[in-house]
Amino acid sequence: MAFEYIFASTIEQATKKYAEVEGQNRYPAYYAGGTEIITLRRIDQLNVDVSIDVKQIAACNIHQVDKEYFVIGSCITLTDIEELNYFPLLTDVCKEIADRTARNKITIGGNICGNIFYREAVLPFLLTDSVLVLASENGIRTEYIHDVFEEQLLLENGELLVQAFIDKKYLSKEYIAIKVRQQWETGYPLITIAGLKFDGQIRVAISGLCPFPFRSLELENLINNKTLRREERIAEVINHLPSPILNDVEGSDEYRLFVLSDLLEKVLDRLEGI
Amino acid sequence: MPESGPNLVIVKLRVNGENHFVTIPPSKTLLATLRENLFLTGAKPGCFNGDCGACTIIIDQVAMKSCLMLAVEAQGKEIITIEGLKDSPLQQAFIEEFAFQCGYCTPGFIMNGHALLLNEHNPSREKIKEWLESNICRCTSYEEIEAAVLKAIVHKKE
Repeated sequence: MAFEYIFASTIEQATKKYAEVEGQNRYPAYYAGGTEIITLRRIDQLNVDVSIDVKQIAACNIHQVDKEYFVIGSCITLTDIEELNYFPLLTDVCKEIADRTARNKITIGGNICGNIFYREAVLPFLLTDSVLVLASENGIRTEYIHDVFEEQLLLENGELLVQAFIDKKYLSKEYIAIKVRQQWETGYPLITIAGLKFDGQIRVAISGLCPFPFRSLELENLINNKTLRREERIAEVINHLPSPILNDVEGSDEYRLFVLSDLLEKVLDRLEGI
Repeated sequence: MPESGPNLVIVKLRVNGENHFVTIPPSKTLLATLRENLFLTGAKPGCFNGDCGACTIIIDQVAMKSCLMLAVEAQGKEIITIEGLKDSPLQQAFIEEFAFQCGYCTPGFIMNGHALLLNEHNPSREKIKEWLESNICRCTSYEEIEAAVLKAIVHKKE
């Protein structure tokens, strides 16, 4: 069947429509920024024949700091995140994604749920033990990100990422975010690393090293193990990385590990001893 | 959105201050619609992938890559293409600074620069660089383009 574009103004409308068209053996997708859907469909790498526009859903457009939480809707663009700058770590990660004009269209939900595996915008959410609000035809559930993000967001069929909640206590913590590219200042990363200091411990999340973004408590224990010298800790981290290490046109696996060592030095320089 | 046929929708677009109705497949990008349905060929097809910026237009005062947007998304919005700018200070500055060679990327750079001037009163060099990184010039006229934007900023202040 031909491509169809449907506007939804409530969560219920969107999720019901998703289930309905899927029941017709069609391939729906929620659509906000749409950049990945447009570009991947053009080269036949994404089979979507019904786009359900969720940009008008109020809950997906919330962007505020209340008494306890920073709340961000999935349809907030990366430019809006940068301009309002409620959470500087998130701003610094997001402003390195794509380019300024593209960021006017790319949404936070789209980056996190996308097919392109870097999904760098998820790093601050992993570091802050955020809570995600997910909606489907069966209702709404809230989940800790660590329970529903394993290499990618583990959405159930027809589920929509609505919002994320980050505890306010994280917003002003010391952090570092570095994106290293093969060359130039725009484009996909060789590695993106984000670090946050909380309760005296350094937290680290990484994108571009493996074909998925991750945060590993095992690696954080190694980084924070002050019984070892700094170079020993970095060597231990390198020895305990998840696999596979990417080996592609952006950089070889060997070079990525070299870059990671340098980035870990920078993270420790910035966050240790604060 | 009224359907006019099984594969087509009627979309109302407001472009350069004028209303247009187009009958298109909903999968048609705004870039293709502007060029093929409205014959506004100033926005250039380049990479079709959001990388080159040659198709940049302004929507509700925000720079957008029209290859990364479907025409159905642009309903109810104010669209400005390069054809909608008439002797703007930035266009004049591009001429005075020789900020183009082949000229293919020029509409995209001008629209992006124009959006910058609309949104920032006194952008820093860093900010200008950040914005202009959204566009690629294969003739590498980057120095002249930056000079043109700086000149237009000075003109705006005067």
